[in-house]
Amino acid sequence: MEHIKTLNTRDLAQSAVNGGCGECQTSCQSGIAQQC
Amino acid sequence: MIHQYRLNGYNMVLDVPSGSIHVVDELSFRAIELLDQGLSQEEVRARLSEEKLGEKEELLSVLSDIEELKARGRLFSQEAYEEKALDLKSRSTVVKALCLHVAHTCNLNCEYCFAAQGKFHGQAALMSFETGKRALDFLIENSGTRRNLEVDFFGGEPLMNFGVCKDLVAYARSIEKEKGKNFRFTLTTNGVGITDEVIEWANRECYNVVLSLDGRKEVNDRFRKDSTGAGSYDRIVPLFQKLVANRGDKNYYMRGTFTHYNTDFTNDLFHMADDLGFTELSMEPVVAKKGDPCALTEEDLPVLFEQYELLAKDMLRREREGKPITFYHYMIDLAHGPCIYKRISGCGSGTEYMAVTPWGDLYPCHQFVGEEKYKLGDIWQGVTNTALRDEFKLCNVYARPACQDCWAKFYCSGGCAANALHAQGDIHGIYEYGCELFRKRMECALMMKAAQALDPELAEK
Repeated sequence: MEHIKTLNTRDLAQSAVNGGCGECQTSCQSGIAQQC
Repeated sequence: MIHQYRLNGYNMVLDVPSGSIHVVDELSFRAIELLDQGLSQEEVRARLSEEKLGEKEELLSVLSDIEELKARGRLFSQEAYEEKALDLKSRSTVVKALCLHVAHTCNLNCEYCFAAQGKFHGQAALMSFETGKRALDFLIENSGTRRNLEVDFFGGEPLMNFGVCKDLVAYARSIEKEKGKNFRFTLTTNGVGITDEVIEWANRECYNVVLSLDGRKEVNDRFRKDSTGAGSYDRIVPLFQKLVANRGDKNYYMRGTFTHYNTDFTNDLFHMADDLGFTELSMEPVVAKKGDPCALTEEDLPVLFEQYELLAKDMLRREREGKPITFYHYMIDLAHGPCIYKRISGCGSGTEYMAVTPWGDLYPCHQFVGEEKYKLGDIWQGVTNTALRDEFKLCNVYARPACQDCWAKFYCSGGCAANALHAQGDIHGIYEYGCELFRKRMECALMMKAAQALDPELAEK
């Protein structure tokens, strides 16, 4: 698209179908935004 | 929900429900803004013509692009995750990580310490090997089929109980193969107790080390003093440098705290990077009561925002020059990041993550230790306060009314329960000041991602 560049991001709606396995780590902010 | 902002020459558009991030030209930025205000396509076209932002053909092209993204669920998408949050209570969770308070005592006397100089408002205490061993067994017993188990050596100052740390790691290594587990240890230390033996052990056994240093000598020594009032900088910096120099490519973080006295905290980060040679950096806002002289104020906010922007731009410069540094809060994985379940449910405190006191009591995390009504149970009987655990299970982004209209909610997952408790007296509340800082950090981090993807010089690297 000439006017809009879209970055490569994980589609959260799709992740609602495939995600939720619970294998990820805990994450303290003192982070979530995790390798999956 | 849409969030738009301009930063460092990039026009950023975030579609919150889908997690999509777009970098757009001025015309598209304005068109999306007007559509988000509820104007129809026709009205937007008329308004953009009035504002002389583009020729008719160009306007049609922009609106067509927007429609295409909308059809693909990447712009103006609908949020339908609230039901997932309700599912969280019925999901069985395993314990993934423990924070072992091996020492409720400290060899420094930092005035801003949230843990009251390491004693957590109680008596000084050291964890025995037997208690620590039982904690590791508790973790194995409650971790289900999960293989990787995280254990943090924390305090107080954990190196004041180094012998027990060593023995616990040796115990874990002796049983992990048989139990089908892989222990990953983290050490958080103020550095005073670092010796050659500690360096050799930490660099062999610890998956991550967190080294507390506030930056410039005068900044660090304002608060990080020993019991005689002497600053710690000159003692700890050479020890940290030696530890990191011997660490190879294993994880570490320099972890500083900034206060009202050093709102120019980027100078502390740059000091650690340029003068001391550390590249993995983190700098956190102090947690202090309102009115405390070191507490951050409303007047500090614009200064801090400017600092975060300055840091992001400087990090891009360093990256272009082939000398990158890492800042904890700007680390974000857009393509392989967490699913929506993780983004709703948050850090895992009280369910997947617990803190263990020196005498074996369980708390939702290190920041709740010492608050008796937040005791979950102990490592012998397990979690006996199941009502509290269920409360934490449901303590997610949808349980916080203040989060519903926030564009950053799927990045912070509703924020820190302990901060909310201390700010508003309720784990379902928010710590608004922390939210302000978080949103600014996210804007900076996402702008950096845009630059790394679209700036040819950076994309090449």
